[in-house]
Amino acid sequence: MKYVDEFRDPVKARTLLREIEGLVARIGATPEKPLAIMEVCGGHTHSIFRYGLENMLPREVELVHGPGCPVCVLPMGRVDDCVALAENPSVIFTTFGDAIRVPGSKKSLLQAKADGADVRMVYSPLDALTLARENPDREVVFFALGFETTMPSTALTVLQAAAEGIENFSIFCNHITIIPTIKAILDSPDMRIDGFLGPGHVSTVIGVDPYEFIAEHYERPLVVAGFEPLDVLQSIWMVLKQIAEGRAEIENQYARIVPDRGNDEALAAVAQVYQLREYFEWRGLGSIDHSGVRLRDEFAQFDAELRFTVPDAKIADPKACQCGEVLKGVIKPHQCKVFGGACTPETPLGALMVSSEGACAAYFQFGDPDKLRLRVHSPEPDESVVA
Amino acid sequence: MGELVDINARAACGIPRVSTDKVTLAHGGGGKAMRDLIDDVFIRAFDNPALAPLEDQARFVLGDLGAQADRLALTTDSYVVDPLVFPGGDIGKLAVCGTVNDLAVGGAKPLYLTCSVIVEEGMEIDLLRRIVASMADAAELAGVKIVTGDTKVVEKGSCDKVFINTAGVGVIARRHDLGVGHARPGDAILVNGMLGDHGATILAARGDMALSTTLESDCAPLHTLCSTLLDACPDVRFIRDATRGGAATVLNEIAQASGVSIEIDEERTPLRPEVRGFCEILGLDPLYLANEGKVVCVVPGEHANRALEALRAHPLGQDARIIGKVGSGNPGRVTMQTTFGGRRIVDMLVGEQLPRIC
Repeated sequence: MKYVDEFRDPVKARTLLREIEGLVARIGATPEKPLAIMEVCGGHTHSIFRYGLENMLPREVELVHGPGCPVCVLPMGRVDDCVALAENPSVIFTTFGDAIRVPGSKKSLLQAKADGADVRMVYSPLDALTLARENPDREVVFFALGFETTMPSTALTVLQAAAEGIENFSIFCNHITIIPTIKAILDSPDMRIDGFLGPGHVSTVIGVDPYEFIAEHYERPLVVAGFEPLDVLQSIWMVLKQIAEGRAEIENQYARIVPDRGNDEALAAVAQVYQLREYFEWRGLGSIDHSGVRLRDEFAQFDAELRFTVPDAKIADPKACQCGEVLKGVIKPHQCKVFGGACTPETPLGALMVSSEGACAAYFQFGDPDKLRLRVHSPEPDESVVA
Repeated sequence: MGELVDINARAACGIPRVSTDKVTLAHGGGGKAMRDLIDDVFIRAFDNPALAPLEDQARFVLGDLGAQADRLALTTDSYVVDPLVFPGGDIGKLAVCGTVNDLAVGGAKPLYLTCSVIVEEGMEIDLLRRIVASMADAAELAGVKIVTGDTKVVEKGSCDKVFINTAGVGVIARRHDLGVGHARPGDAILVNGMLGDHGATILAARGDMALSTTLESDCAPLHTLCSTLLDACPDVRFIRDATRGGAATVLNEIAQASGVSIEIDEERTPLRPEVRGFCEILGLDPLYLANEGKVVCVVPGEHANRALEALRAHPLGQDARIIGKVGSGNPGRVTMQTTFGGRRIVDMLVGEQLPRIC
């Protein structure tokens, strides 16, 4: 398949892996004290597991799966708010697919649907707006979720609704911003990240310039990375090369998609529609200043939080959950006390176990926990592969 | 709810025409309207000697069945699909092929099917007629007779247009002993062609994604494919059609029931570029997409090539591949060697596959 297979070429992968091994030797990292590279974005986590990249890398490189999975960092109280909105009989509650199974303190949206709530899966906020047009006697609420990647599409939908004067459409805004989050990780006392893979699709919107402070103030390299396996390997190679050469810079591996300055139209729509919240609550990470947005006052009529009463309860994460430590890279998913026991994809305690981008679900479904725990490198196939 | 009335119990002589455009509750009421619907739509399409006496049950001469084989196979499946009609088939074709295939993968020769239909008030008669005609065509193709049935009409909102249940009877010859627990280390895993066509077709046909594709469902009766394979390679351990949950689910079922590991090779897994592209866009894994004309087969390693040749000689097996091998590693675990050079676990799905946010 054109534009896909080129980025999954195993011959090029082997070349890159040899180069990576050379750089690791030059830096002098050891398996006991590996270089920690955080992929910020859940899309990268998904690729890493889908292609088995973690097992291909030398043991001196440790991938830390960061907080860039919007479903995973959503606090339980916000899921409860979703359920409360969805259970309002006048409401058609619309959501992206992977948010539907995230556990609230009492139930998930999927369970609310089974209990009679009108919850519908959509692929775009525009689908929700279409539902609003088709159901003028119902209130259609869109569960707006995600980093800067999905923020513009929600913003443009709100502008469209305003332009058409649609009165039965609103959004429950849970959009979050990446920069304060990376800063919070860098400021964390247990921070131990040597370099970052920057989120590719967020960067198509914001560009690469906003990351400069990471190189300047924190002296860590960041490479904005694409999502194909060769993209990820090349980006790891670029981070290691910077470390080997004593540099800390912001580089763009995903230049075929990501313009340095971002997408002007998307940024303009975002600026027009949203304003920063003073703080936003993150699952596992706690409250982070200026890390979320809400609709500006002039769009108040489209704000589900103003249009309806939401409980807005602060629900503490289950005590046994160590989602925060996983998100910050302090522990690996399988080192969590409840991983694979009380917390599995069937009965998730934490959202990291729900989304296919969540580090814990990825470990559970694609990884090899037994071997990862032992840090055995490159598991040997059971026998020579396939006749 | 309409009371139970067997279509057998209605006279086929002088078949009347249903005069309304849509199914109403009257068509389930047990009176003349129902008799007209059954006679006109169902009996007319399924007409055959076993159905003709129109008794409350279909009757078979045991000796005739016993002469063909030594075991009876019985299966049932219910069909609910949205949309009812999709590229490459419809719910009627699905309801016949699915049950025929459930018999065929056990080594059975499919013989007879039942047809139970639950219709939602308001369904267009012409659409129902089309679906039933499609069942009749598929039954003819599969060499089976639809010999008894039932019709119910439920109030609007109580079901989604039409639900169909078919049960199937077949006979199994003595020499076949297929079982999900029969896989042994060293066995080869084969599939008879491109995976995921049906699942991708249905998702695309729902229109939610506004993606237009040239894909068609692979819905087909696999009885001759299975018998060709079993004739060429009587030592086949197991065959299962990879329907809901896709090939990945069947592989996990085999690994668990047989207490073996299975490793498949992504490079050798046959996928149409359209299905790959569809899955790339939506973040889905084609290994979990449903098929309606594909089987996963386990054969002893030494017979793998013979089995492959037999499958490829059949029109529904031209793209057959050996996709993997049974091993003695972690019992119950399915892994995949990725094209990229890595290795990952292929687990059972927890629920439905959900498209990703971004």
